[in-house]
Amino acid sequence: MQGKCGLFFTTYEGEAQVFQSGFQKLVIGLFLVLLCVAPLILNTHQTSIMNLIFISVIGAVSLNLLTGVCGQISLGHGAFIGVGAYAAGQCSLHGVPFPLAILTGGLITAMVGMVFGVPSLRLKGIYLAIATLAAQLVLEYVFLHGGALTGGSNGLLLDPPSLLGFSFDSEGRMYFLLLFFAAASLLMVTNIMRSKYGRAFVSIRDFYLSAEIVGVNLFWYKLIAFGVSSFLAGVAGGLWGHYTGYISAEQFNIGLSISYLAMIIIGGLGSVLGSVFGAVFIVLLPEVLNALANTLSAFLPDISQYIVALREGVFGLVLILFLIFEPEGLAHRWRLVKAYWKLYPFAH
Amino acid sequence: MEYYLQLIVNGLVVGSIYSLVALGFVVIYKATKVVNFAQGELVMVGAYVCFALTVQFNIPFIWAFLLTLAFSVLLGLAIERMVLRPLIGEEHISVIMVTVGMSSVLKSLVQLFWGTQIKVYPQVLPTEPVVIAGLPVAPVYIAAFILSAVLFAIFSVFFKYSRTGIAMRATAFDQQAAQSMGIGIKNIFAMSWCIACIVSAVGGVILGNINGINSHIGHLGLKVFPAVILGGLDSLLGAALGGLIIGVLENVCDGAARQFLGLGGFREVAAFIVLVVILMIKPYGLFGTKEIERV
Repeated sequence: MQGKCGLFFTTYEGEAQVFQSGFQKLVIGLFLVLLCVAPLILNTHQTSIMNLIFISVIGAVSLNLLTGVCGQISLGHGAFIGVGAYAAGQCSLHGVPFPLAILTGGLITAMVGMVFGVPSLRLKGIYLAIATLAAQLVLEYVFLHGGALTGGSNGLLLDPPSLLGFSFDSEGRMYFLLLFFAAASLLMVTNIMRSKYGRAFVSIRDFYLSAEIVGVNLFWYKLIAFGVSSFLAGVAGGLWGHYTGYISAEQFNIGLSISYLAMIIIGGLGSVLGSVFGAVFIVLLPEVLNALANTLSAFLPDISQYIVALREGVFGLVLILFLIFEPEGLAHRWRLVKAYWKLYPFAH
Repeated sequence: MEYYLQLIVNGLVVGSIYSLVALGFVVIYKATKVVNFAQGELVMVGAYVCFALTVQFNIPFIWAFLLTLAFSVLLGLAIERMVLRPLIGEEHISVIMVTVGMSSVLKSLVQLFWGTQIKVYPQVLPTEPVVIAGLPVAPVYIAAFILSAVLFAIFSVFFKYSRTGIAMRATAFDQQAAQSMGIGIKNIFAMSWCIACIVSAVGGVILGNINGINSHIGHLGLKVFPAVILGGLDSLLGAALGGLIIGVLENVCDGAARQFLGLGGFREVAAFIVLVVILMIKPYGLFGTKEIERV
């Protein structure tokens, strides 16, 4: 654990704490307060962006647990999110209360994820990536041809979620619901990572043979990684479906899987904070591009249509540049900035 | 029965294009251990460049085709130098994602220049179908099949007998040993990207002559994965056979699903269901090298 300068541990409990210093707790607390008052200041559009960020944070942190921490590349995460959306949506449509629907969606996704995680015992690296790619395409086909279960190409229409008679029918109300789920997922993954399971995952990622030699049951732990990760993906999907009120197959295509992978790479593989950075970055990227297009179109009227065509290209370019120049992601940069200020004004 | 025969013939033609794209994929994987998710986009770029040269610049088709190949060489060099070389030695996921990023860049560039509408090549070959074994087959299909067969023959000979080909195989087998024998690894990497771009461009031009092109051709790249996994990631023969098998398989499955189950669009997933089964039974494919691990 990295402690602050001048921070000494006298107990094991102290060392194992999530938030180690009073200052850190204060900063996190202030940040939470800021997040809670934010919807009072932000307008509806900005609140909706925040909501998208919260959902993406859940998805990104779940993929980071699987790919960043356990080293199992998944190109099917978008489809897993879709499974959660459909499962939770069907539960809601059949009158299951909202929290239970989200939970059921998560559990069903966990089961689907574990089924597609079974090949991970025999397959590694690129072979596993292609197997999960197959999972993505097969699930997409099921979404589109699932009949009454998925609504086929018409999709499913959902009402806004309600809890004990209180309906989350506006952006501002959804904000708090999603904030709660995002914070809970982050806490959950942080805690998994410092438990026995997290250490087992890291050992599998670093070298599977030595992990097996020290007694990590590879199959079991890989399956758990797929299960937990898919569970959170399902929760993200269920929330996404209830938030937008409409679920259709094309929302969960391979592009979604790729943008989640981009989030964890840009944010930082294997880092909870990195998942947050990545989600913020990828959600804000199109918004920034739109703003840029609006500003530029005052001078060059034709530019906006090009910007639309270039959006995907900019996404790809950002991904390439990050991989070449900042392969450890924004979380690493954040650590460097902190280290800089810790030592300031002395360079060493 | 004739219905299925027709399906098989069509499958062989589509499969021969898969084989070409798979060939590019295998060449890159063999020499550099890079899994190229942008293979379909390389096909698309080749197809559009040739289209632009023939239609927009009015260059005769055969010259346009040769110029496209020259352009592909430059593209391959540029990709290897700018994108892949900085990532030598990085993890699987980084290399995969950099090719994914490259595919979006290429796709958006093509959309920027040519839009998303479908473009049709001018007719190069006669349209009158030729009857083979009682089945009408368009000449462009036959040309496609023959062209891929010829390319495969050329590359098989190249890898087996030419100095460069042998150097490439040596690099694939053991990079350090090859380097210590005086083989320039970087040149080999560049060359494998050039070859991949060339065969993809040929595939793209053929595809354009069959169906016309739009910016979704890149989707073809995904179809290559079942083909190369079936054949074995690092086997040229595997790429050829895998492409043909997958082409036939998905056509027949699609036809059968349409006829018996009334399911549309089964073509998209049939190959991938087969892929999962292959991965479970024979993870290294029909002709792939087994990686043996000892502790």
